[in-house]
Amino acid sequence: MDHKANRVSPVALLVHKYSRRVHVKRSSLLLILTSLLLAGPAVAAIDSYEFPDDASRQRYQVLVEELRCPQCLNTNLAGSDAMIAKDLRREIHRLVLEGMSDADIREFMYQRYGDFILYRPRVKAGTLLLWFGPVLILAIAIWVFVRYVFSRGRAESAALTLDDESRLKQLLDQSPSQPSPSQKK
Amino acid sequence: MSKAALFIPLAAFILLAFVLGAGFFLEDPHRLPSVLVGKPLPQFKLADVKDLERWVTSEDLLGEVTLLNVWATWCPSCVAEHQQLLKIAREGTVRLVGVNYNDDVAKAQQWLLKLGDPYWVTLADTQGKLGIDLGVYGAPETFLMDASGVIHFRHVGAVTDEIWQNTLRPMVLEFKQNGSQGE
Repeated sequence: MDHKANRVSPVALLVHKYSRRVHVKRSSLLLILTSLLLAGPAVAAIDSYEFPDDASRQRYQVLVEELRCPQCLNTNLAGSDAMIAKDLRREIHRLVLEGMSDADIREFMYQRYGDFILYRPRVKAGTLLLWFGPVLILAIAIWVFVRYVFSRGRAESAALTLDDESRLKQLLDQSPSQPSPSQKK
Repeated sequence: MSKAALFIPLAAFILLAFVLGAGFFLEDPHRLPSVLVGKPLPQFKLADVKDLERWVTSEDLLGEVTLLNVWATWCPSCVAEHQQLLKIAREGTVRLVGVNYNDDVAKAQQWLLKLGDPYWVTLADTQGKLGIDLGVYGAPETFLMDASGVIHFRHVGAVTDEIWQNTLRPMVLEFKQNGSQGE
Protein backbone atom coordinates (compact mmCIF):
# COMPACT_ATOMS: atom_id res chain seq x y z
CA MET A 1 0.00 0.00 0.00
CA ASP A 2 2.85 2.31 0.90
CA HIS A 3 4.62 1.51 -2.32
CA LYS A 4 1.58 2.33 -4.42
CA ALA A 5 1.02 5.58 -2.57
CA ASN A 6 4.52 6.74 -3.37
CA ARG A 7 3.67 6.93 -7.03
CA VAL A 8 0.75 9.34 -6.70
CA SER A 9 1.33 13.06 -6.34
CA PRO A 10 2.67 14.30 -3.00
CA VAL A 11 -0.43 16.40 -2.47
CA ALA A 12 -2.69 13.42 -2.98
CA LEU A 13 -0.47 11.57 -0.57
CA LEU A 14 -0.97 14.20 2.08
CA VAL A 15 -4.70 14.10 1.50
CA HIS A 16 -4.59 10.34 1.97
CA LYS A 17 -2.58 10.75 5.11
CA TYR A 18 -5.12 13.02 6.65
CA SER A 19 -8.07 11.02 5.54
CA ARG A 20 -6.41 8.14 7.44
CA ARG A 21 -6.75 5.72 4.59
CA VAL A 22 -3.03 5.24 4.00
CA HIS A 23 -0.39 5.10 6.62
CA VAL A 24 2.65 7.19 5.71
CA LYS A 25 5.82 7.07 7.70
CA ARG A 26 6.65 10.29 9.39
CA SER A 27 10.07 10.44 7.74
CA SER A 28 8.64 10.17 4.23
CA LEU A 29 6.05 12.82 5.04
CA LEU A 30 8.88 15.08 6.16
CA LEU A 31 10.72 14.34 2.94
CA ILE A 32 7.67 15.27 0.89
CA LEU A 33 7.14 18.51 2.78
CA THR A 34 10.80 19.41 2.38
CA SER A 35 10.72 18.72 -1.35
CA LEU A 36 7.57 20.84 -1.67
CA LEU A 37 9.36 23.70 0.07
CA LEU A 38 12.38 23.36 -2.19
CA ALA A 39 10.16 23.23 -5.27
CA GLY A 40 8.90 26.77 -4.60
CA PRO A 41 11.61 28.92 -6.20
CA ALA A 42 11.91 26.60 -9.20
CA VAL A 43 8.39 27.56 -10.31
CA ALA A 44 9.49 31.15 -11.07
CA ALA A 45 9.85 32.22 -14.69
CA ILE A 46 13.00 30.95 -16.35
CA ASP A 47 14.67 32.70 -19.25
CA SER A 48 17.59 31.08 -20.98
CA TYR A 49 20.01 33.96 -20.81
CA GLU A 50 23.67 33.32 -21.42
CA PHE A 51 26.33 34.86 -19.22
CA PRO A 52 30.08 34.96 -19.78
CA ASP A 53 30.79 34.11 -16.15
CA ASP A 54 29.12 33.05 -12.92
CA ALA A 55 29.64 36.46 -11.32
CA SER A 56 27.43 38.26 -13.85
CA ARG A 57 24.85 35.47 -13.70
CA GLN A 58 24.80 35.95 -9.94
CA ARG A 59 24.39 39.72 -10.33
CA TYR A 60 21.52 39.27 -12.77
CA GLN A 61 19.82 36.85 -10.40
CA VAL A 62 20.12 39.22 -7.44
CA LEU A 63 18.78 42.15 -9.46
CA VAL A 64 15.73 40.36 -10.88
CA GLU A 65 14.91 39.13 -7.39
CA GLU A 66 15.35 42.53 -5.80
CA LEU A 67 13.35 44.59 -8.30
CA ARG A 68 9.58 44.59 -8.32
CA CYS A 69 7.48 43.89 -11.38
CA PRO A 70 5.75 47.22 -12.25
CA GLN A 71 2.54 45.52 -13.24
CA CYS A 72 2.21 43.29 -10.21
CA LEU A 73 1.80 44.28 -6.59
CA ASN A 74 3.65 41.51 -4.88
CA THR A 75 5.96 39.83 -7.35
CA ASN A 76 9.53 40.53 -8.24
CA LEU A 77 10.84 40.53 -11.80
CA ALA A 78 12.13 37.00 -11.37
CA GLY A 79 8.76 35.61 -10.42
CA SER A 80 6.50 37.34 -12.92
CA ASP A 81 5.25 36.23 -16.31
CA ALA A 82 3.98 39.71 -17.20
CA MET A 83 5.23 41.10 -20.49
CA ILE A 84 6.87 44.06 -18.79
CA ALA A 85 8.74 41.75 -16.39
CA LYS A 86 10.10 39.78 -19.36
CA ASP A 87 11.17 43.01 -21.06
CA LEU A 88 12.87 44.27 -17.94
CA ARG A 89 14.66 40.95 -17.38
CA ARG A 90 15.94 41.17 -20.95
CA GLU A 91 17.00 44.76 -20.30
CA ILE A 92 18.82 43.85 -17.08
CA HIS A 93 20.58 41.01 -18.89
CA ARG A 94 21.71 43.47 -21.56
CA LEU A 95 22.88 46.03 -19.01
CA VAL A 96 24.79 43.41 -17.00
CA LEU A 97 26.56 42.29 -20.18
CA GLU A 98 27.33 45.91 -21.03
CA GLY A 99 29.23 46.06 -17.76
CA MET A 100 26.92 48.45 -15.92
CA SER A 101 27.30 48.30 -12.14
CA ASP A 102 24.47 47.09 -9.90
CA ALA A 103 23.97 50.62 -8.56
CA ASP A 104 23.73 51.99 -12.11
CA ILE A 105 21.18 49.36 -13.13
CA ARG A 106 19.07 50.16 -10.06
CA GLU A 107 19.33 53.84 -10.96
CA PHE A 108 18.34 53.06 -14.58
CA MET A 109 15.19 51.34 -13.35
CA TYR A 110 14.50 54.04 -10.77
CA GLN A 111 14.73 56.75 -13.46
CA ARG A 112 11.96 54.99 -15.37
CA TYR A 113 9.70 53.36 -12.82
CA GLY A 114 10.39 55.30 -9.63
CA ASP A 115 10.02 54.06 -6.07
CA PHE A 116 7.56 51.39 -7.11
CA ILE A 117 10.21 49.17 -8.67
CA LEU A 118 12.46 49.10 -5.60
CA TYR A 119 11.61 46.49 -3.00
CA ARG A 120 14.29 48.11 -0.87
CA PRO A 121 13.12 51.73 -0.67
CA ARG A 122 15.63 54.54 -0.81
CA VAL A 123 16.41 56.51 2.32
CA LYS A 124 14.78 59.91 1.84
CA ALA A 125 12.39 62.24 3.66
CA GLY A 126 9.33 60.17 2.74
CA THR A 127 10.85 56.88 3.87
CA LEU A 128 12.60 58.01 7.07
CA LEU A 129 9.78 56.73 9.26
CA LEU A 130 9.80 53.40 7.45
CA TRP A 131 13.55 52.98 7.80
CA PHE A 132 14.13 54.36 11.27
CA GLY A 133 10.68 54.11 12.94
CA PRO A 134 11.40 50.63 14.33
CA VAL A 135 14.84 51.74 15.58
CA LEU A 136 13.17 54.72 17.24
CA ILE A 137 10.65 52.46 18.94
CA LEU A 138 13.45 50.18 20.13
CA ALA A 139 15.29 53.22 21.54
CA ILE A 140 12.12 54.36 23.32
CA ALA A 141 11.58 50.86 24.68
CA ILE A 142 15.16 50.62 25.98
CA TRP A 143 14.88 54.06 27.56
CA VAL A 144 11.59 53.21 29.27
CA PHE A 145 12.97 49.84 30.38
CA VAL A 146 16.15 51.36 31.84
CA ARG A 147 14.22 54.10 33.57
CA TYR A 148 11.75 51.58 34.97
CA VAL A 149 14.41 49.18 36.25
CA PHE A 150 16.43 52.04 37.66
CA SER A 151 13.52 53.59 39.56
CA ARG A 152 12.41 50.18 40.86
CA GLY A 153 15.95 49.36 41.91
CA ARG A 154 16.19 52.59 43.85
CA ALA A 155 12.87 51.98 45.60
CA GLU A 156 13.86 48.41 46.48
CA SER A 157 17.28 49.36 47.80
CA ALA A 158 15.66 52.03 49.93
CA ALA A 159 13.26 49.43 51.32
CA LEU A 160 16.16 47.09 52.01
CA THR A 161 18.00 49.76 53.88
CA LEU A 162 15.00 50.19 56.14
CA ASP A 163 14.78 46.45 56.54
CA ASP A 164 18.49 46.21 57.30
CA GLU A 165 18.21 48.95 59.83
CA SER A 166 15.49 47.18 61.79
CA ARG A 167 17.41 43.93 61.63
CA LEU A 168 20.55 45.67 62.78
CA LYS A 169 18.65 47.12 65.65
CA GLN A 170 17.28 43.70 66.47
CA LEU A 171 20.74 42.17 66.33
CA LEU A 172 22.15 44.85 68.53
CA ASP A 173 19.42 44.14 71.06
CA GLN A 174 20.29 40.43 71.08
CA SER A 175 23.09 39.01 73.17
CA PRO A 176 26.50 38.97 71.42
CA SER A 177 26.93 35.22 72.20
CA GLN A 178 24.19 34.26 69.72
CA PRO A 179 25.06 35.55 66.23
CA SER A 180 22.33 35.30 63.65
CA PRO A 181 23.10 33.20 60.54
CA SER A 182 22.76 36.21 58.28
CA GLN A 183 25.61 37.87 60.09
CA LYS A 184 28.11 35.29 58.82
CA LYS A 185 27.93 36.93 55.47
CA MET B 1 8.38 56.17 37.13
CA SER B 2 4.75 55.10 36.88
CA LYS B 3 3.68 51.77 35.44
CA ALA B 4 1.71 53.61 32.75
CA ALA B 5 5.04 54.65 31.25
CA LEU B 6 5.65 50.99 30.39
CA PHE B 7 2.99 51.30 27.71
CA ILE B 8 4.82 54.08 25.88
CA PRO B 9 6.74 51.67 23.56
CA LEU B 10 3.54 49.77 22.75
CA ALA B 11 1.70 53.03 22.05
CA ALA B 12 4.57 54.19 19.83
CA PHE B 13 4.47 50.89 17.94
CA ILE B 14 0.71 51.08 17.38
CA LEU B 15 1.05 54.67 16.21
CA LEU B 16 3.80 53.76 13.74
CA ALA B 17 1.84 50.77 12.48
CA PHE B 18 -1.17 53.00 11.85
CA VAL B 19 0.82 55.75 10.13
CA LEU B 20 2.65 53.31 7.85
CA GLY B 21 -0.46 51.19 7.36
CA ALA B 22 -2.48 54.23 6.28
CA GLY B 23 -0.18 54.42 3.24
CA PHE B 24 -1.90 51.32 1.87
CA PHE B 25 -5.30 52.98 1.92
CA LEU B 26 -4.52 56.59 1.06
CA GLU B 27 -3.99 55.80 -2.58
CA ASP B 28 -4.40 52.94 -4.99
CA PRO B 29 -1.38 50.69 -4.39
CA HIS B 30 -1.44 49.75 -8.07
CA ARG B 31 -0.87 53.37 -9.04
CA LEU B 32 2.60 53.92 -10.36
CA PRO B 33 3.28 57.64 -10.62
CA SER B 34 5.28 58.55 -13.70
CA VAL B 35 8.83 59.58 -12.99
CA LEU B 36 8.88 61.16 -16.43
CA VAL B 37 6.54 64.06 -15.68
CA GLY B 38 8.54 67.27 -16.01
CA LYS B 39 11.30 65.54 -17.95
CA PRO B 40 12.05 65.61 -21.67
CA LEU B 41 10.96 62.90 -24.06
CA PRO B 42 13.54 60.06 -24.04
CA GLN B 43 15.86 59.82 -27.05
CA PHE B 44 14.91 57.22 -29.63
CA LYS B 45 15.26 56.22 -33.26
CA LEU B 46 12.50 53.92 -34.43
CA ALA B 47 10.97 52.84 -37.74
CA ASP B 48 7.67 54.22 -38.99
CA VAL B 49 5.06 51.42 -38.86
CA LYS B 50 3.61 52.53 -42.19
CA ASP B 51 6.99 52.85 -43.88
CA LEU B 52 9.58 50.61 -42.24
CA GLU B 53 12.36 52.15 -44.32
CA ARG B 54 11.80 55.50 -42.68
CA TRP B 55 13.41 56.27 -39.32
CA VAL B 56 11.82 58.63 -36.86
CA THR B 57 13.83 60.18 -34.03
CA SER B 58 12.73 61.96 -30.86
CA GLU B 59 13.83 65.28 -32.41
CA ASP B 60 11.27 64.80 -35.20
CA LEU B 61 8.45 65.06 -32.65
CA LEU B 62 9.50 68.41 -31.22
CA GLY B 63 7.87 71.69 -32.13
CA GLU B 64 4.26 70.82 -31.48
CA VAL B 65 2.09 69.85 -28.53
CA THR B 66 1.69 66.08 -28.89
CA LEU B 67 -0.32 63.23 -27.40
CA LEU B 68 1.92 60.18 -27.38
CA ASN B 69 -0.30 57.11 -27.32
CA VAL B 70 1.18 53.71 -26.47
CA TRP B 71 -0.92 50.94 -28.00
CA ALA B 72 -0.78 47.35 -29.23
CA THR B 73 -2.99 44.99 -31.19
CA TRP B 74 -2.93 42.50 -28.28
CA CYS B 75 -4.45 45.07 -25.94
CA PRO B 76 -8.25 44.76 -25.63
CA SER B 77 -8.93 48.23 -24.26
CA CYS B 78 -6.95 49.74 -27.14
CA VAL B 79 -9.80 48.78 -29.50
CA ALA B 80 -12.28 50.87 -27.56
CA GLU B 81 -9.77 53.66 -27.12
CA HIS B 82 -9.10 53.76 -30.85
CA GLN B 83 -12.53 55.20 -31.60
CA GLN B 84 -11.90 58.00 -29.13
CA LEU B 85 -8.49 58.69 -30.66
CA LEU B 86 -10.05 58.91 -34.13
CA LYS B 87 -12.50 61.43 -32.70
CA ILE B 88 -9.67 63.48 -31.19
CA ALA B 89 -7.80 63.35 -34.50
CA ARG B 90 -10.89 64.61 -36.33
CA GLU B 91 -11.22 67.46 -33.87
CA GLY B 92 -7.65 68.46 -34.79
CA THR B 93 -6.80 70.15 -31.48
CA VAL B 94 -3.67 68.12 -30.92
CA ARG B 95 -1.22 66.01 -32.89
CA LEU B 96 -1.33 62.29 -32.08
CA VAL B 97 1.73 60.09 -32.25
CA GLY B 98 1.37 56.34 -31.82
CA VAL B 99 3.85 54.02 -30.17
CA ASN B 100 3.14 50.48 -31.31
CA TYR B 101 4.40 48.70 -28.22
CA ASN B 102 5.75 45.13 -28.10
CA ASP B 103 3.80 44.20 -31.17
CA ASP B 104 3.94 42.56 -34.55
CA VAL B 105 4.36 45.29 -37.19
CA ALA B 106 2.28 43.45 -39.79
CA LYS B 107 -0.61 43.21 -37.33
CA ALA B 108 -0.21 46.88 -36.48
CA GLN B 109 -0.37 47.84 -40.15
CA GLN B 110 -3.54 45.72 -40.55
CA TRP B 111 -5.08 47.40 -37.51
CA LEU B 112 -4.46 50.91 -38.87
CA LEU B 113 -5.85 49.95 -42.28
CA LYS B 114 -8.97 48.35 -40.84
CA LEU B 115 -9.81 50.71 -37.96
CA GLY B 116 -8.44 53.95 -39.35
CA ASP B 117 -5.28 55.88 -38.53
CA PRO B 118 -5.52 58.80 -36.10
CA TYR B 119 -1.74 59.15 -35.83
CA TRP B 120 0.60 61.66 -37.42
CA VAL B 121 3.16 58.89 -37.26
CA THR B 122 3.28 55.49 -35.53
CA LEU B 123 6.57 54.26 -34.13
CA ALA B 124 7.44 50.57 -34.31
CA ASP B 125 8.63 49.81 -30.77
CA THR B 126 8.73 46.07 -31.39
CA GLN B 127 11.12 45.37 -28.49
CA GLY B 128 9.36 47.69 -26.06
CA LYS B 129 12.56 49.69 -25.55
CA LEU B 130 10.96 53.11 -25.89
CA GLY B 131 8.25 51.72 -23.63
CA ILE B 132 10.83 51.01 -20.93
CA ASP B 133 12.37 54.47 -21.37
CA LEU B 134 8.91 55.97 -20.96
CA GLY B 135 8.28 53.86 -17.86
CA VAL B 136 5.39 52.11 -19.57
CA TYR B 137 4.20 48.89 -17.94
CA GLY B 138 1.19 48.05 -20.05
CA ALA B 139 -0.98 49.35 -22.83
CA PRO B 140 -2.68 51.68 -23.40
CA GLU B 141 -0.83 54.58 -21.86
CA THR B 142 -0.90 58.17 -23.06
CA PHE B 143 1.62 60.96 -22.53
CA LEU B 144 1.10 64.64 -23.13
CA MET B 145 4.17 66.61 -24.13
CA ASP B 146 4.58 70.26 -24.95
CA ALA B 147 6.24 71.73 -28.06
CA SER B 148 9.67 71.61 -26.42
CA GLY B 149 9.30 67.89 -25.77
CA VAL B 150 8.76 68.04 -22.00
CA ILE B 151 6.27 65.48 -20.75
CA HIS B 152 3.58 66.96 -18.53
CA PHE B 153 1.06 64.23 -17.97
CA ARG B 154 0.72 60.48 -18.14
CA HIS B 155 -2.56 58.62 -18.30
CA VAL B 156 -2.63 54.87 -17.67
CA GLY B 157 -5.50 53.03 -19.33
CA ALA B 158 -7.79 53.95 -22.18
CA VAL B 159 -8.42 57.61 -22.98
CA THR B 160 -12.16 58.10 -22.65
CA ASP B 161 -14.20 61.05 -23.84
CA GLU B 162 -14.43 62.19 -20.23
CA ILE B 163 -10.65 62.17 -19.75
CA TRP B 164 -10.17 63.96 -23.05
CA GLN B 165 -12.73 66.68 -22.33
CA ASN B 166 -11.93 67.23 -18.65
CA THR B 167 -8.20 66.60 -18.39
CA LEU B 168 -6.26 66.34 -21.63
CA ARG B 169 -8.01 68.94 -23.78
CA PRO B 170 -7.67 71.80 -21.26
CA MET B 171 -3.97 70.97 -20.84
CA VAL B 172 -3.43 70.85 -24.59
CA LEU B 173 -5.06 74.26 -25.01
CA GLU B 174 -2.97 75.67 -22.17
CA PHE B 175 0.31 74.43 -23.65
CA LYS B 176 -0.64 75.72 -27.09
CA GLN B 177 -1.36 79.11 -25.55
CA ASN B 178 1.96 79.15 -23.68
CA GLY B 179 3.83 78.05 -26.78
CA SER B 180 2.43 80.79 -29.01
CA GLN B 181 3.16 83.40 -26.32
CA GLY B 182 6.78 82.31 -26.18
CA GLU B 183 7.28 82.75 -29.92
